[in-house]
Amino acid sequence: MAAEIGQDECFVNEVEPSVDELVVNIGPSHPSTHGVCRVIVRLDGEVVTKAEPVIGYLHRGIEKMAENRTYLQVVPLTDRLDYVGSMYANWAYCRAVERLAGIRVPERAEYLRVIVCEMQRIASHMMSLGSAAADTGAFTMFIYAFDQRERIVEAFEELCGARLTYNYVRPGGVSFDIPEGWAESVLAFCRDHRTALDDIDALYFGNVIARDRMKGVGVLSAEDAVAWGASGPVARGSGVNWDLRKHDTYSVYPRFDFDVPTGTNGDCYDRARVRLFECYESCRIIEQALAQMEPGPINASGMPRLLAPRPGDAYDHIESARGSLGVYLVSDGSVRPYRMKVRSPAFCNLALLPMLAEGHMLSDLVVILGSLDPVFGEVDR
Amino acid sequence: MSGLAWGAFYGLAAGLVIAVAALIGVWGERKVSARIQMRIGPQELGPFGLLQTLADTVKLVLKEDITPRAADVRIFRIAPLIVFAPIAMSLAVIPYAAGFAPLDTSVGVLFFMAVPAISVIGVLLAGWASRNTYATIGGLRAAAQMISYELPRTLSVLPFVLLAGSMRPLDIMDEWRWWWIPLTLIAFVVYFISSVAEVNRGPFDLPEAESELVAGYFADYSGIRWAIFMMAEYGGLVAASLFGAAFFFGGYLGLPGALGVIVLIAKATLIATAMMWVKWTYPRMRPDQLMGTAWKVLTPMALVQLVIVGAVIPWL
Repeated sequence: MAAEIGQDECFVNEVEPSVDELVVNIGPSHPSTHGVCRVIVRLDGEVVTKAEPVIGYLHRGIEKMAENRTYLQVVPLTDRLDYVGSMYANWAYCRAVERLAGIRVPERAEYLRVIVCEMQRIASHMMSLGSAAADTGAFTMFIYAFDQRERIVEAFEELCGARLTYNYVRPGGVSFDIPEGWAESVLAFCRDHRTALDDIDALYFGNVIARDRMKGVGVLSAEDAVAWGASGPVARGSGVNWDLRKHDTYSVYPRFDFDVPTGTNGDCYDRARVRLFECYESCRIIEQALAQMEPGPINASGMPRLLAPRPGDAYDHIESARGSLGVYLVSDGSVRPYRMKVRSPAFCNLALLPMLAEGHMLSDLVVILGSLDPVFGEVDR
Repeated sequence: MSGLAWGAFYGLAAGLVIAVAALIGVWGERKVSARIQMRIGPQELGPFGLLQTLADTVKLVLKEDITPRAADVRIFRIAPLIVFAPIAMSLAVIPYAAGFAPLDTSVGVLFFMAVPAISVIGVLLAGWASRNTYATIGGLRAAAQMISYELPRTLSVLPFVLLAGSMRPLDIMDEWRWWWIPLTLIAFVVYFISSVAEVNRGPFDLPEAESELVAGYFADYSGIRWAIFMMAEYGGLVAASLFGAAFFFGGYLGLPGALGVIVLIAKATLIATAMMWVKWTYPRMRPDQLMGTAWKVLTPMALVQLVIVGAVIPWL
């Protein structure tokens, strides 16, 4: 086994492994690689001496494909970037298009975007916490978290007909207004969700084995987090108070009262806890947004059938569940983007893995990978 | 010759008992885990889905028995049996009913503790012969873990040997008094935890840690050989629960014949359910934490229990 992997062109194998070391190939198909991550690990006993993530197994060339589609046709592609947080990629792309073409979005559409994205944040964090717990062997916690996620997915299905790739946020607005009774069911969910979060907090984060598994593991200092371009819960877990919703605010976020939870130690425990507390904050935002929302149009008026922005470029970013997700668009004046580039937070956060995993045990490696919460649709694009 | 015939009969009987116990055990575990996880569990096949595991077994028997090309074929094929046989043997010394243990020996307690340890060799061989890095790590983890937990587990049943003055299980059952339960409470905690570790169940299922090693030492096994590993795991669970029910909770005592066996099985079922409950509630430990628990917590606890029992004995 080790001999075949030794042929790989990966830098882990530039130096022959010593006789004390074992090269283990984890992935691309493995229960805890969160998709199709491949990590080549050198082990000294149980201790990781080097871990090298190999990415690209889910590369579909989305950025290139965007160049051959009209601006509206690109939206379904962005669904497939971060497939546990499709709403974010939709929104980040649409913001870039709107900036490029100078489209003004009606207020109700902005509220709807905030509501679906905060729900998406809860869904994504539930996925992250659940699968990170499953990595430590707590499979029951996975089911509890997925139960919560399922309710959001069902609400999205009611809203736009899709469970995973929503195609909901469109340039100029959103695709559907909320159906009757939807707001009430979302408010009911927010109430139930707080109870479920309390349960998860007590059952999992209160568990002594879970604490021992996560505390002090994969410590990321605040300086490193900034230097490596980490964002989202990964950076905030290290105490970097950086949230685009507050610090480069966009849409209607300034109208809401919410806090940005941060950690202090920068270990896996703090990163997971930041995600947990963000779910409480998202519930607060959803409730405020539903209360403030006024009836009105959900799409910009006077939108042309085919968008053809003036030549130029635009970059816009939003705070996704994984960090700052940015989309850069260049227009040459035609109906298709000349170039699209996605700044993927999952990609930047994944780059931390070799540094964080070194010196820890093999069991810690999967916990660290889970705490970075990479989604490979977005890493590989 | 009659000894050999008896042995062959016992082997068949034990295999059958473990197979039935594993069928019910897997079903029970599915139901217990389903209830813990807000699910229903199997319910379609047979009453309460009882036949689901039987159908799964048929599927496993019919599946192709794959041997990896790189594997050490002979060792790879025999390893599941080396894991399974000692577990089946250990069932022989359990006192099932008044005056009845299939193997009535004066060193029964030692036998029960020592013989299942042989299966470590099978686990190690399975991991090594697979020629798979996951399996190798899993096998080595299992060996380290099982050997470490032998010690507190053996120490935890010594109080009964001290109290009864015999290593023969039937003698211990004859001497058994109700106040042994509170007296040996610490020993039961040690026995329970180290038994969970001994049969490689969560939170001590490191050798087969799904999120790290896929399936650990049996990652490359398929079909019936894989089923034998599972049967060994459930056999170990059954043996540990029966032994615990007999010694720590008085087993069949006070009831004659078959009624006593039923009570023993009922008590064992409670212990087994508790083990499943633990598995589906707790996360998995890390190898160093696992070793720390064995040597720094459980072994001293078992020794303290021994001192307590030793201090009580002169006053009896």
